[in-house]
Amino acid sequence: MSAASTSTAPTSSPTSSEALPTAEQHGIKEHSDGRFGFVPVQTRSARFKSFDVADFPAVTGREAVWKLSPVAKFTDLTGGVLDGSAYDIDTASHADVDVSWVDRTDSRIGTAGAPEERAAANAWSAFEKALAITVSGEEAKEITLTRANLGSAPRAAHTIIEARPFSQAVVILQNTGDARISENVEIIVGESANLTVVTVQEWNADAVQLANHFATIGRDARLKHVVVSLGGGIVRVNPSVHLAGQGSDTELFGLYFADAGQHLEQQVYVNHDAPNSRSRVTYKGALQGAGARTVWIGDVLIGRTAPGTDSYEQNRNLVLTEGTRADSIPNLEIETGDILGAGHASATGRFDDEQLFYLQSRGIGEIEARRLVVRGFLSEIVQHIGSKPLEERLQGAIEDELRGTEGN
Amino acid sequence: MSVLEIKDLHVSVETDQGTKQILRGVNLTINEGEIHAIMGPNGSGKSTLAYTIAGHPKYHVDSGSILLDGAEVLTMTVDERARAGLFLAMQYPVEIPGVTVTNFLRTAKTAIDGEAPAIRTWIKDVRESMAKLRMDKSFAERNVNEGFSGGEKKRNEILQLELLKPKFAVLDETDSGLDVDALKIVSEGVNRAKENTGLGLLLITHYTRILRYIKPDFVHVFVDGRIAEQGGPELADRLEDEGYDRFLAETPVG
Ligand SMILES: Nc1ncnc2c1ncn2[C@@H]1O[C@H](COP(=O)(O)OP(=O)(O)OP(=O)(O)O)[C@@H](O)[C@H]1O
Ligand SMILES: [Mg+2]
Repeated sequence: MSAASTSTAPTSSPTSSEALPTAEQHGIKEHSDGRFGFVPVQTRSARFKSFDVADFPAVTGREAVWKLSPVAKFTDLTGGVLDGSAYDIDTASHADVDVSWVDRTDSRIGTAGAPEERAAANAWSAFEKALAITVSGEEAKEITLTRANLGSAPRAAHTIIEARPFSQAVVILQNTGDARISENVEIIVGESANLTVVTVQEWNADAVQLANHFATIGRDARLKHVVVSLGGGIVRVNPSVHLAGQGSDTELFGLYFADAGQHLEQQVYVNHDAPNSRSRVTYKGALQGAGARTVWIGDVLIGRTAPGTDSYEQNRNLVLTEGTRADSIPNLEIETGDILGAGHASATGRFDDEQLFYLQSRGIGEIEARRLVVRGFLSEIVQHIGSKPLEERLQGAIEDELRGTEGN
Repeated sequence: MSVLEIKDLHVSVETDQGTKQILRGVNLTINEGEIHAIMGPNGSGKSTLAYTIAGHPKYHVDSGSILLDGAEVLTMTVDERARAGLFLAMQYPVEIPGVTVTNFLRTAKTAIDGEAPAIRTWIKDVRESMAKLRMDKSFAERNVNEGFSGGEKKRNEILQLELLKPKFAVLDETDSGLDVDALKIVSEGVNRAKENTGLGLLLITHYTRILRYIKPDFVHVFVDGRIAEQGGPELADRLEDEGYDRFLAETPVG
């Protein structure tokens, strides 16, 4: 049992991050799979990027971005021909939210980021039209876009979510049904805008999704980004946030529940690139059933351009049964001495027999006991989503996940 | 009139060195409303007895039986035992991350009563019990036992005792780790629970000091996995003066 929890307090001259292990105070027993902690990677900002799939060699599975993914199971997405046509979207219209298909020549395309791996570049090269969601208007509003009929042939997609300066909205991307998809989502948050993007993955059991979200956040703007992955065979959602404007702020939440045989992955990257920017990353996952597998990698870069940065990232996993594997790898790179705070924590704990015994000794049945613990553990994320109807529905979906393996 | 009967109980545990016998024929009958103190040296098997009554899976019952009003407890699951009216205040209460005290208490109460408690009176009951145990209101929203001090954990156990209203409660060294003030507060809680519900108590302790506040009807000296001697409250006084040496000398070491 061990824990990785480090924090770097502002000191006079920290030019690199210090890893000071501290005792965990989270009450869950930690276990180490020997993978988290500081990993000597090349500086994240120096990673190769290209919009063209031909610039990337064939995927071997040894690449930093792929080494924890079952790459053999989606060679069609990393190397094959993808259908880049438009698809069905179900949404209610709102006066201040424009939803339309735009051409590849749209000026916003490529402004929020660029692919760092082959599946993303393959999708970028293949999409024919991009789905553009453009938010204006200062009052709060919520819009849900549902994709339910993507089919099981390999396809590409490109989405733009733009919040115009001073605008405000909650945009929910709801994913169900079959899918084999590689896609890129560009999120552009204009000056002083306040945008929440929630992506919910409730795919069918065979679905494969490789998604990259690239966000760029303007001056004094705020992005809340929430990844909820419950259903799907292989679901990889990698948000990458560029804090480009002074005083920009992002909160990145993730909630995942891996059942037997599911691979749920998220590689989070926060690039502090402007003064007084703030980031909070909180991902929580539960694992239940043989072969349930989760991966969380959290890279935070605090650049020379980002004095006054305030940053904290954490990942917590709750292991409910034997035979699961959770990788949790936080990385913190600090290039400036002038920061407010930066820290990270990672812990994988199990719901152990002693906890179960304690709850049962108070009359609570085993299934109810598990439900109580998992609901409590994940509700921290659910509560932050910011859409009451969605929060309620997800609480129910989590209960269903638990019920899914009641017989175990 | 409820009765808890422990008959010729033999219990072992699997260790790295193989099976280890711990309880070697425990006989004990507790009637509703009675307070039995079990005193014994470290490692004599007191907690093992407590856990076995509660049904901890680690402890294997080789033979014997535990009857609650004639019904065999040993075949019940842990939660069934609790619902049948048994309660264990643990020596080392477990931390439950992600579950608040409020949520935990309500879920336990609902499970034990078979129906949700009436909201208004329940909230009032919880508040009053917490106040009497000098637990700050903020504990209600904290995760169960997470970051609680040793004494706070013990209060939280007695809070549950008061609210869940069992027929029989086993208190495993509830006094250890408490300063005098906390000991009084916790003892008052136990006495209150007994007054209100007339429950039977099995009070496991290492020292006699809690017996100043909770008066036992019977005292049992526990040595090497069985009851070596029993008597009234005066036996506790004698133990205070003489210690356990007299009993230990009679049993082989190991
Ligand atoms: N799970 C276990 N694995 C190995 N040995 C155990 C286990 N549980 C109990 N024992 C052993 O059984 C014996 C009795 O333990 P128990 O905890 O019941 O004693 P106790 O009387 O409660 O002691 P204390 O006064 O220290 O609380 C001890 O020798 C202990 O080491
Ligand atoms: Mg003990």
